[in-house]
Amino acid sequence: MFGYEFMRSAFIASTFIAITAGLVGVFVVSRNMSFLSHTLSEIGFAGASFGILVGISPLVGMIIFTLVSSIAVGSLSDESSRREASISAISSLFIGLGILFLSLSSESSSYATNILFGSIVGISGKEVNQLLILALFVIAIFVIFYKPLSFDSFDHIGAQAAGLKTRLLSIIFLITLALSVSIGAQIVGSLLVFVLLTLPAATAKYLVHSVPKMILVSVGLSLIGVWLGLYLAFVTNWPVTFFISTFEVIAYFLGLSYKNWKLSH
Amino acid sequence: MIEAKDLTKRFGKQLVFQNLNFQINDGEFISLIGPNGSGKTTLVKILMGLEPSSSGTLKINEKQTIGYVPQFRNIDLDYPLNIEQFIRLNLKFTFSAKQRNHENKIIKSIMQKTHLTDLRNRPLGLASGGEKQKAYLAQALLNDPKILILDESTASLDVEVKTQLMDLVQELNQKYHLTVIFITHDYELTKKYTKRALLFQNKTIVPVKVENISKEMFEVEAENVRI
Repeated sequence: MFGYEFMRSAFIASTFIAITAGLVGVFVVSRNMSFLSHTLSEIGFAGASFGILVGISPLVGMIIFTLVSSIAVGSLSDESSRREASISAISSLFIGLGILFLSLSSESSSYATNILFGSIVGISGKEVNQLLILALFVIAIFVIFYKPLSFDSFDHIGAQAAGLKTRLLSIIFLITLALSVSIGAQIVGSLLVFVLLTLPAATAKYLVHSVPKMILVSVGLSLIGVWLGLYLAFVTNWPVTFFISTFEVIAYFLGLSYKNWKLSH
Repeated sequence: MIEAKDLTKRFGKQLVFQNLNFQINDGEFISLIGPNGSGKTTLVKILMGLEPSSSGTLKINEKQTIGYVPQFRNIDLDYPLNIEQFIRLNLKFTFSAKQRNHENKIIKSIMQKTHLTDLRNRPLGLASGGEKQKAYLAQALLNDPKILILDESTASLDVEVKTQLMDLVQELNQKYHLTVIFITHDYELTKKYTKRALLFQNKTIVPVKVENISKEMFEVEAENVRI
């Protein structure tokens, strides 16, 4: 399967996507932001179709849209309930916009399917390089801010009490989240990127009890998911996203059952 | 030592408190009492440097760091970290092996001090109310503060657990000369553990000796709550 260049590109790209999504996901889950990451991927769809419409790369369009909106959401309100309502309003608007941009541009509908649902053949060597740089940037941010981000994500009130700059940390986190959504959407598609950003981390939460271990398990599960997905997609010619989401969902429910079993013993 | 002179705080035109004059000595175990909304939390924020005062001065010995145990925490049943990992959140990032060794020693000694050593692997989400409070306390003690502020830490606990926690705080206060500021609505605990209280009354603070603390000082607030 590695005899084909597109498979090599897809393999390298999805490896880095899995690492960033698995890493960022641990913080998405501990900050209760699964819903926001879903919305960001919808906004990312609008950004990609906007990119196509105005003739810039869909990845750049996505990054612009998700970055601006994640910072806007972060400064909207700290009260999560109010935030959820406004987030879902915003997300409907952006799906509408995405469809409008696509229909205004002359691209075929198969292109729309690719950004929405992902594709393993859609990625070129140049795009792989862009993805690598972005992924390394996200990972570097997490290495630098690992301690304060962990504190703020796993114990927001305690972090405030200890005098951490939680507002700034929240913005830093939202920026990396926006980038991860844009990166991840290139393979698994914008509608399902949140699968990689939430499920492996949510599974890890049931299995282990420290931040570094959660990151290891979460990255491991997303790596297995995308590698398995790529292989099966190559063999069967079925969509890669189907295999990735099926694997992650099964792993999640196994993790949940394990936790419940442990609680009852 | 903490010393307030004519300390006043307003939010816009609204006066929170005015002309607070008090002193808290090193190693003292003092309670901070008064109705809800009387300014206890605002005073704590000023103490910690998270909020400026409007006028007056507040002096704290420079080297004295403050450990603060907040009143509410959102730890649900699914919370993944175990007690030791939760306490460790308050550590700084380091690559140095020497520093890491040092940190491990600190963690070990804090867990011993707070009687958490045997519980270190328990997921915090599954810990009891008293165990959780001990973990919060241990986390706040990590940077070796000289002053500890407990914000209604006993509020949701049953009597026996309350006493255990307060015994522990008293032990830390006596053995390690830790200054403790205990914000509370609990008459019995105030009487039993503290020698002096700062009472918020009519937008200012009145220092009260423990023998003069009466149940009424706590009941004023109950009436206010009912209204």
